[in-house]
Amino acid sequence: MDNISAIETHELRKVFGERAAVKGLTLQVEQGEVFGFLGPNGAGKTTSMKMLLGLIAPTSGSASMLGSPIGNRASLRHIGFLPEHFRFQEWLTANEFLDMHGHLYGMDIHDLKARISELLERVGLTDFRDKLLRTFSKGMLQRIGLAQALLNHPKLVFLDEPTSGLDPVGRRLVRDIIHELRDEGTSVFLNSHLLSEIEVTCDRVAFIRHGEVVRVLELASLDTNQSDVTIRASGLTQEVISGLTKWGKNIQANGETVNLTISAESALPEITRYLVTKGVEVYAITPQRVSLEDIFIETVGKDGGL
Amino acid sequence: MNSIWTITRMTFREAIRRRIVLTGLILGLCFIIIYAIGFHFIYNSFRGVESTMQNAPSQQALAHIADTEGVNTLMLAGLYAVTFLSIAMAALLAADTLAGEINSGTIQTIVTKPIRRSDVVIGKWLGFAFLLLLYFLLMAGGTVLSVLFQSGYAPRNLLAGMALIYFEDLLIMSISMACSSSLSALATGGVVFGLYGLAFIGGWIEQFGAMIQNSTAVKVGIIASLIMPSESLWRRAAFEMQTPLAGALGMSPFGTISVPSPLMIGYTAVYLLAAVWITIRVFGKRDL
Repeated sequence: MDNISAIETHELRKVFGERAAVKGLTLQVEQGEVFGFLGPNGAGKTTSMKMLLGLIAPTSGSASMLGSPIGNRASLRHIGFLPEHFRFQEWLTANEFLDMHGHLYGMDIHDLKARISELLERVGLTDFRDKLLRTFSKGMLQRIGLAQALLNHPKLVFLDEPTSGLDPVGRRLVRDIIHELRDEGTSVFLNSHLLSEIEVTCDRVAFIRHGEVVRVLELASLDTNQSDVTIRASGLTQEVISGLTKWGKNIQANGETVNLTISAESALPEITRYLVTKGVEVYAITPQRVSLEDIFIETVGKDGGL
Repeated sequence: MNSIWTITRMTFREAIRRRIVLTGLILGLCFIIIYAIGFHFIYNSFRGVESTMQNAPSQQALAHIADTEGVNTLMLAGLYAVTFLSIAMAALLAADTLAGEINSGTIQTIVTKPIRRSDVVIGKWLGFAFLLLLYFLLMAGGTVLSVLFQSGYAPRNLLAGMALIYFEDLLIMSISMACSSSLSALATGGVVFGLYGLAFIGGWIEQFGAMIQNSTAVKVGIIASLIMPSESLWRRAAFEMQTPLAGALGMSPFGTISVPSPLMIGYTAVYLLAAVWITIRVFGKRDL
C-alpha cells in the first residue's frame, strides 16, 4: 500500500445542466497526510468530495481512493465520512446509531461493540449512549457524527466543514482527533473555510476556484521563510530606506512606517543594528507572518471567485 | 445480505419509534371494535327475521340463503374498507422513505458505506412489506374473525382473497417507492392516489359495462386496469370470496361481474417487479 496515494484524481469534471460545478480537478493526496481543501462558497468543494465518495457521478475524468477506482464498493471499505450539515436518524439512540453504521461497514459484532464504547468515550458522549439523538444539541450531534466517521478504523477520512456549529471546546476536540489520526497514519481530507482551523491542522492545502485547483501549498513553508515586517521609527531618510533592500523587497514607506518583506527571520537583528547605526529612533519592528488568509485572498481574489 | 437486513431492521425500528405502528394499532383496533359491534346488531336483526319465517321448510331454506348473502356482503364491505385503509398505509409509509432521506441528507452516510444502493431499496421494501403484513393481518383478520365468531360464517377461498388484497398493498407500496426515488413525498402521494383513482373509476366503468353488456365500456375499464392494475386485484379477491349466488346474479355491491383473469394477475405481478426495478435503477444512478 505504501506507494498508493490516498486520493488521486485526473481531470474530474461535473456539469449540472449548463453550469460546470467542477471543471477539471486534478490532485493527489498522500497516505498519512492531512489535506485541506480550500475555496470560496460555490467553488465546487462539496461536489468534488461527493464525486470521490460515489454520491455524485462525474461527467468525465477519473479518480481512485486507496488504489480502487471511485464509484465501486471496494473504494469505500476503508473510508470514513462526515457530511456537511449532517442530519441524523433522530429516532435512534447514540448507541443504535453507531451500531447501524457499523453493521453497514460489515464490522464484526464484538469489534463493533468495543469500538463504539471507545469512540463514545473519545467524543465525550459515554453518558448519553442510550439517549435518543432527537434530544442531542448541535454540538453533540456533530460529535456523534464524527464518531460515526471513525467506526471502521478508516485509512482515509473525509470531513466536510467538521467544526461549523461547534463551540471552542468542540473545535479543539476535532483538532485533537485530526492530530491523532495523523499520528496513526490516517489520511484526512478536510473541507473548510475556517482558515485558522486549516492552518493548525493541515500539512498541505489546495485552493480551488471555479472548480479547478489554482494552487497547492505546503503549510510548513509558511512558518519561517517569508514574512512581512513593519518598522515604526522616526528619522527615516530616503537613503536609509533604500539601504533596506539588502534584506528585503516590496519596500513601502509611509511617514514613520516602513513595510517590507524579508526572506528569513535572521534578517531582523541585522536590520535593527543597521537602523541604530544610521541614527534612526526605532520604536518597533514587528514581523507579520503571512497568514493563510492573505494567501487565500491573494489566490482566489477579493471577489471570492464570483 | 447483511446490509439488506440492517436496513430492514432500521425501517422497522423507525416505524416503531415514529409511532406509526402505535397509531396504526390503536386506530386499527377501533375499526375492528366498531365493525364487530355493528355486525352484531345487523346480524341479530337478520336472525330476528329468520325466526319469524320458520313455519315451512321451504321458507327456512330461503331464510338461510338470505342470511348467508347478507353476512357475505357485510364481510366484503368490511374487507373493502380494510383494503382501502391498508393501501393508504402502504402509500404513506413508502412515499417519504427515499425522498425524505435524500432531502434531509441522512442517506449520505448510508450509501457511502461499502454496500450497494440496491441493498437500501430492497432492505426498505422488505421492512415495509413486513409492516404492511402485520397491519393487514390485524385489520383483515379482525374483520374475518368478528364475522366468524358471531355467525360461524367464513367465505370460500378466504386465503386466496386475503393474499390478493395483501398483494394489492405490496403493489401500491412498490409504486410509491418508485415515485419516491425521484419525486418529493407530496408529489408521490399525488401520483399514487391519482393512479388509484383512475383504477377505481376504470373498475366501475368495467362493472357497469359488463352489467349492461356494453363491450366498449368494458374495454375502457380494462385499459384503465392496464395503466394501474390495483383495482383488478380487489375485484379478483372479491370474486374469490363472494357467494356463488351473488356471482351468478351480479347483485352484490362489493361483488364482481367482470372478473379479472389470471393473466391480469400475472400482469400485475410483472407491474410490481417493474416498479421495484425502476426504483433500483433510478435511485442507483441518481446524484445524492
